[in-house]
Amino acid sequence: MKATVKVSPEQCGRWRVWRIDPPPLESHDLWRYSGEHCFDQTVVKANDSRRAFTYTPHVRMTTTGEPQDLTDVPPTPITHLSETESMMAESVSKFAAEVIAPRVREMDEAEKMDPEIIERCFEQGLMSVEIPEEYGGAGMNFTAAIVGIEELARVDPSVSVMVDVHNTLVNTAILKYGTKESQRKWLPKLATNVLGSFCLSEPASGSDAFALKTARDQDERRASSSSSPTSTQQGIQGHHGLHREKDTPGFAIAKKEKKLGIKASSTCVLTFDDVKIPHDHLLGKEGDGYKYAIGILNEGRPASPARYVWLDREQFGQKVGTFQSMQHQLAQAYTEITAARHLLYNAARLKECGKDFVREAAMAKLYSSQVAGRVAGLAVEWMGGMGFVREGTAEKMYRDAKIGAIYEGTSNIQLQTIAKLLEREYTR
Amino acid sequence: MKIMVAVKRVVDYAVKIRVKPDKSGVETKNVKMSMNPFCEIALEEALRIKESGKASEVIAVSMGPAQCIDTLRTGLAMGADRAIHVSTDAPLFPLSVAKLLKALVEAENPGLLILGKQAIDDDCNQTGQMVAGLLKWPQGTFASKVILDKEKQVVEVDREVDGGLETLSLDLPAVITTDLRLNQPRYATLPNIMKAKSKVIKKVTPEELNMEIKPDLELVEVTEPPKRKAGVILSSVDELIDKLKNEAHVL
Repeated sequence: MKATVKVSPEQCGRWRVWRIDPPPLESHDLWRYSGEHCFDQTVVKANDSRRAFTYTPHVRMTTTGEPQDLTDVPPTPITHLSETESMMAESVSKFAAEVIAPRVREMDEAEKMDPEIIERCFEQGLMSVEIPEEYGGAGMNFTAAIVGIEELARVDPSVSVMVDVHNTLVNTAILKYGTKESQRKWLPKLATNVLGSFCLSEPASGSDAFALKTARDQDERRASSSSSPTSTQQGIQGHHGLHREKDTPGFAIAKKEKKLGIKASSTCVLTFDDVKIPHDHLLGKEGDGYKYAIGILNEGRPASPARYVWLDREQFGQKVGTFQSMQHQLAQAYTEITAARHLLYNAARLKECGKDFVREAAMAKLYSSQVAGRVAGLAVEWMGGMGFVREGTAEKMYRDAKIGAIYEGTSNIQLQTIAKLLEREYTR
Repeated sequence: MKIMVAVKRVVDYAVKIRVKPDKSGVETKNVKMSMNPFCEIALEEALRIKESGKASEVIAVSMGPAQCIDTLRTGLAMGADRAIHVSTDAPLFPLSVAKLLKALVEAENPGLLILGKQAIDDDCNQTGQMVAGLLKWPQGTFASKVILDKEKQVVEVDREVDGGLETLSLDLPAVITTDLRLNQPRYATLPNIMKAKSKVIKKVTPEELNMEIKPDLELVEVTEPPKRKAGVILSSVDELIDKLKNEAHVL
């Protein structure tokens, strides 16, 4: 299925032709670090669709929060939450246990998110954690979003991924890179009734965000999206950083994927066929989209592991721990979960105070997904036959955990990111 | 019209409580504390009355050590407009609390004072009744439905009593204590949690209210309930009757 995109300059300004086949990998010349704490853009060629591993050693990424001077701030335990954050954790935990938990199994079996859950999430302000109050959001910080997502993930990773994508990818993209007008247009909607989705993979590619085919030769495009058929859907096209409304001509939701885990969150194939996007729907400057997409992908990363630290309750709810062998396994698992949580919280705090967090985020994502897979697998075993049947939540958590090693950057990509940053640090 | 709501900080309902080894009370160290569920219902009802336009302000009050501020902050996040914390480390029994509440009511002049019917820690079920008596206000206890008529200045309260519902019509100002089925308390929304940060929690001391806290009760000992013993399976009805007659002495 090929179609040529027809976009007139009046509508879209300058469009760049992106090569479909990636040239040989020469990552060393892709990004060049300039001493001025910013990327030297001149080395990034417009038609470069080469693999890029973001690394930002000593580079301060732009964050929503102002960079803080930490010189005089006394260190606190990494798990210490502010009053607001802990109050939020409590409120979300209660909401998750009482409103979401009774519907988890049903939604998983039906492979469909209950629209009422989405509505209640909006009502609770869960969909606008970081959106400023002037746009109808809660105006909280990034860690608050992480804490909330974690509490949701304890109950249902499908719900948490929806909230996660909406907050840390979609809202953040518009907050960081949207123009004042698009912020005024979209943020109040995103805070009240419009569910966002994020597209950044195609049937033939995923991790290599620079090799996407869309925008030149149109092809099918897979959206890593959480969306509801009943809600207005907003797709953020990561590649060029576009946002578009569902009723844009040529844009269609082709099919809903059937998945192994997080079934209740919907992942759909979206087709962008001859789509004309008004100029004002472009996020940021055209051509710079790739950088933005990667930037927010990195922000998305610390959020992902939040989903995987739910298991401490699951296991201890089961009274299996009278045998020493069980106790040792439980202690080991709990230690690993705690370590993953600490990596995650540290990455989130680094981001919040404007420090570089890419490597920490990658490590948190990598390790959390590994721990999640391991512990979820063990949890099934610990529960014996009851863990294997679809009565309890263990088998669901086991299935849901698998996606952790895949989405928002696969484990291999995380390893590459970490390795690249190490290489950069030690070979300079 | 203002509505005052008393909220109490108690051990969370989901926590399995343990008695301290010296039997002086229940272990509260490193234990999750929350707002008493009946107090949540009381606050929810006050907020609903305010949202229906029949009240202008909801004031949450609590008394006890500094940690009570957490509970008040939760109340503000649910939607209360401001809060008053009576700061004291003295042991508080229902009569002292009722007297403190009376002093607060006299300072603030609310049209309604709403409390939970009881706290889940001591299960006293006394404070609401006592404060109504001290204030000489009418009281509607164990409310399962509250309808306020602003014009007539009356409040109708349905009470769940043995054998059905009793409906009382109270002249304002009045005291209401809330039962479990009155409403479903809301969860604090994220924007409201943020707004709560800028709301005022006024701190007063019993002295400032011209009150001296004198415990009128003495807590002698707290013990765990005896463990339930296993039952006995009897082989016949005759044996049962025999045991009821000769062992239990109930027949």
